[in-house]
Amino acid sequence: MESKVNLKEQLRVENMPTKEGYFGEYGGKFLPAALESVIGEIAEAYDRIKDDPSFKEELMYLHQHYTGRPSPVFHAKNLSDELGGAQIYLKREDLNHTGAHKINHCLGEALLAKRMGKTKLIAETGAGQHGVALATAAALLGLECDIYMGEVDIKKEYPNVVRMRILGAKVIPATHGLKTLKEAVDAAFEAYLKDPVTQFYAIGSVVGPHPFPMMVRDFQSIIGIEAKAQFREMTGKLPDNLVACVGGGSNSIGLFSAFLHDESVNIFGVEPAGTSFKTGDHAATLSFGKPGMIHGFKCYLLQDEEGQPAPVNTIASGLDYPGVGPQHSYLKDINRVNYDTINDQEAIDAFIKLARLEGIIPALESAHAVAYAMKMAAGMPKDQTILVNLSGRGDKDIDYVVERFGKEFNISE
Amino acid sequence: MNRIAQLFKEKKNILSIYYTAGFPQLTDTLPILETLEKAGADLVEIGMPFSDPLADGPTIQQSGQTALKNGMTINLLFEQLADLRPQLSIPVILMGYFNPVHKFGMERFVEQCRKTGVDGVIIPDLPFDEYREKYEALFTQAGISNIFLITPQTPEERIKLIDKNSNGFIYMVSSASVTGTKKEISEQQTRYFKRINNMQLASPRLIGFGISDRASFQKACDYAAGAIVGSAFINLLNNEGNNPEKISDFIQSIKKTN
Ligand SMILES: Cc1ncc(COP(=O)(O)O)c(C=O)c1O
Repeated sequence: MESKVNLKEQLRVENMPTKEGYFGEYGGKFLPAALESVIGEIAEAYDRIKDDPSFKEELMYLHQHYTGRPSPVFHAKNLSDELGGAQIYLKREDLNHTGAHKINHCLGEALLAKRMGKTKLIAETGAGQHGVALATAAALLGLECDIYMGEVDIKKEYPNVVRMRILGAKVIPATHGLKTLKEAVDAAFEAYLKDPVTQFYAIGSVVGPHPFPMMVRDFQSIIGIEAKAQFREMTGKLPDNLVACVGGGSNSIGLFSAFLHDESVNIFGVEPAGTSFKTGDHAATLSFGKPGMIHGFKCYLLQDEEGQPAPVNTIASGLDYPGVGPQHSYLKDINRVNYDTINDQEAIDAFIKLARLEGIIPALESAHAVAYAMKMAAGMPKDQTILVNLSGRGDKDIDYVVERFGKEFNISE
Repeated sequence: MNRIAQLFKEKKNILSIYYTAGFPQLTDTLPILETLEKAGADLVEIGMPFSDPLADGPTIQQSGQTALKNGMTINLLFEQLADLRPQLSIPVILMGYFNPVHKFGMERFVEQCRKTGVDGVIIPDLPFDEYREKYEALFTQAGISNIFLITPQTPEERIKLIDKNSNGFIYMVSSASVTGTKKEISEQQTRYFKRINNMQLASPRLIGFGISDRASFQKACDYAAGAIVGSAFINLLNNEGNNPEKISDFIQSIKKTN
């Protein structure tokens, strides 16, 4: 890592991002003319509204009384004892209303949309968590909601599809390509362009053109702010290590952003290695990608020789994306965050282990972070600490887990 | 003078046709271009397929997916266009998204365009400021036009800046929408056409997105140097393939004056 002065300089919050939305060379706005003005309107509105005391108050009220914030930090003693190394703590975003961290930015985006006079929220979803959270926010605020979801994910995450429909949202299948998250984003952009006047595109992570990576990060940063205070209260210290899974990167940046300046804190982002490190078998963008442009922004991108996005694969639909947030791309380049991988089997093992040792069923996405923390903890002294962002609960995954791993774990009939 | 500038100097009511390279068959790219020149198209835009095209509607998107499946690449496209000149005289523009071009290398791309006799380039997601900062000199030196898009929401200031730095024409997106055939040109669109017309820009303009038949083409010609037909032509290719007779009929049906 660079010297102290240098790190502070590189992470200066006021430079993150620049006015044009750049984190170093990443981010920005690579958009066709028709989208440029539409998204510019969102940037302007966010700039105008974000510091308005009544907006902040309204959002904070919903965080507390609707979502149930602050979410607790839990010392996973059984798991830590079993591993015999570092102490693992869990930031319980799984306990939020709707079961994941996604509600944090959905409420923010929905309130913003409402203030802009929009009547319909649209978005893509992978695992369905963002879709459910947005459908929930839409129901609460009296807005319509269309969710675009890959046909493959619709089958895999069916319980969430039903939840969205119960909440009054329309779930529209994306039917081209691999029919997963990337294609759902394509479909959402396409729909957005058809009617940018009444619709608001509430993108599901810290990806897409400026201002989304900044705005979604700002809304998610409450995770880290809370966790830092909670952890200090419990232990009197800062955590030695942070671990979070990285799909687009919203739950991880939400946790990390409060600790970026704390040099004693080692930070780890975990990407899905799927079934192997071969192109097409994983979605480990920061580990294997090269800088490129997708969906209107520059980031590390899994792509082929021709600059076409590469196919991706993981058991966790919410991590199944060939791009990644621009701020993560920057944090990798300056070596502030270490990005590493966990494969399908390691994730499913951690999924079962956390359930059986702590009575907590994690989302398959979050299970990647848990698996990585378990690996790290085993080789560390007992007085070391690891704070894991448990980004969501695994209710949505149980059908899929039974079907694929039922025999292995003795949970099928 | 490059072929695009020549065309706009000499002709009115310009009909530009968009189609996707490597569609419906991989080897159709050049034969379709030949057919289009014979059939009387004035200008051609050849799409370089990208898997996630943010500005394109379902018709063009699907043609792109097919072309990618067929094995279309930028390298191959330049190979297919190796005998473009002097065999054909129609001005040719390549249109494609930034990432594949960036990966290919902008310098190499512009050089290949110059060598094969491609006259202009449209990269809809290349930011105008980034173009000016990094690439404008490259294009100017090679004599290749870089064409920018404007929409009803583009600020007047920006339009003037594009006009000043434009060599070729300005591509007017007829409404804030993805490509695709729409039936009629609305009142609102007409107001936009008039507004831009009244700006007295130096660059000629073509109107694109939603132009599909003679009526919409002629309406566009009332306010601009001509118009671009994309999805409607792709639909024809989808149904008929490279059928010279059908393509000729299609071009004539749009160009025919009352
Ligand atoms: C529970 C959970 N964790 C993580 C993610 C990955 O997204 P991100 O990297 O933006 O947090 C998802 C996405 O659907 C999710 O549902």
